[in-house]
Amino acid sequence: MTDDDIRAAYLVALIDVAPDLSADGIGPDDHLQDDLDLDSMDVLNLVAALHKALGVDIPEADYPQIATLALAVPYLARRLAA
Amino acid sequence: MGVFTMPSLGADMEAGRLTEWLVAPGETVKRGDIVAVVETQKGAIEIEIFEEGTVERLMAEVGQSLPVGAPLALIRGAGEAAPEAPSEPAAPASAPAAAPDPARPGPASKAVPATGIAASPAAKALAAARGIDLGALTGTGPGRAIVLADVEAAGAKPADPRAEMRKAIAAAMAKSKREIPHYYLFHRIDLQAATDWLAATNAARPPEERLLMGALIARATALAAHASAGVNGHFIADGFRQAGSVHLGIAVALRGGGLIAPAIRDAHLLPLDAMMAALRDMVARARAGRLRSSELTDGTITLSSLGETGVEAMAGIIYPPQVALVAVGAPTPEPVAQGRQVSVRQTVTVSLAADHRASDGRIGAKFLAGIDRHLQHPEDL
Repeated sequence: MTDDDIRAAYLVALIDVAPDLSADGIGPDDHLQDDLDLDSMDVLNLVAALHKALGVDIPEADYPQIATLALAVPYLARRLAA
Repeated sequence: MGVFTMPSLGADMEAGRLTEWLVAPGETVKRGDIVAVVETQKGAIEIEIFEEGTVERLMAEVGQSLPVGAPLALIRGAGEAAPEAPSEPAAPASAPAAAPDPARPGPASKAVPATGIAASPAAKALAAARGIDLGALTGTGPGRAIVLADVEAAGAKPADPRAEMRKAIAAAMAKSKREIPHYYLFHRIDLQAATDWLAATNAARPPEERLLMGALIARATALAAHASAGVNGHFIADGFRQAGSVHLGIAVALRGGGLIAPAIRDAHLLPLDAMMAALRDMVARARAGRLRSSELTDGTITLSSLGETGVEAMAGIIYPPQVALVAVGAPTPEPVAQGRQVSVRQTVTVSLAADHRASDGRIGAKFLAGIDRHLQHPEDL
């Protein structure tokens, strides 16, 4: 899976959680909670969606590592490669 | 024979627009069935019926705006025989007198219908389709009759849902501040035990089964409210009525603005996993605009969480006719003295806004202490 595939999967999962967002409007450094207004329930739903889509089970301690697109893509790539 | 009417979905609701019928004449209904969808200031709400029987006749059409109390359908009770033809008189006569009869759509083509409003057939049809009350319009046609252009002008500005919700919040909160003598209490709770227990529990679970701190706090609040006098119930004309069950209202912030507080029924009976599932379902449906009528009216106390990255505390406003609102600040690590030692522990400030007509500060303090006690033993929640 390429970085572009991971980026696309992350955006699909994110927009499913927050349908008012648009993929074009999400910048690489936009923070889930601070910039995109996700709450703890939204973040949990995003983690569950990524688990389903990519098979990566993100532990709670790693939630900060998916807080932005720029952080999430390399993190998920590492977890997929492991 | 019972008349099913437009329900009131809160102290602030005056009318709703029927957008969908989910039953047809001849179908049987039972208590709790969802029979219609009504658009209100709080979004689309699924309307439940509280009678058993057969739908004899629908008395309102999709698109109509109807005041609270207006007849929606005629329900024949389980034991009742079908009415003889010709059927009984139209039921609007049994509607509350205060409810103005809105323009009824249909084949009627008289210029002056029974409502006394002169309007052209085209104007009536468009008004019905858009849910516009003809009685609120001023006609510019012959003899001041309402013509198509008048309805078009009235319908030119479709209601902005956010502005409508803001109006609903304003009405309810202004009523609360006018009528309820609020008092406020603040209590800092050591959340370290709950935080540690939650981290250990979630580490062993896939994301789909993880819990949020919000579920622990909701559980602790429901248990404490059930055991407390004076905070769980409704204040109505003849005074405070303690509720036997805790229907826990959860303030849900809607993306893009606005707030709605649907209730989780019998929250004091829900174990932690069931509470988490109920929260997840409630938040999803609140955001999708698919709440049920009973969820908007049954709340006996409300819980408002300000978010993990929010502020420390809030002095809340009670949602009438309830008598208490619990607000939870953002959990933060704080230095805490334990004996002569100081250690850094996760803490949260929980506040209570309560109605002084129903309780005193002493009762409110015991209630907050109860929430605290439950959170010190997360394994028992």
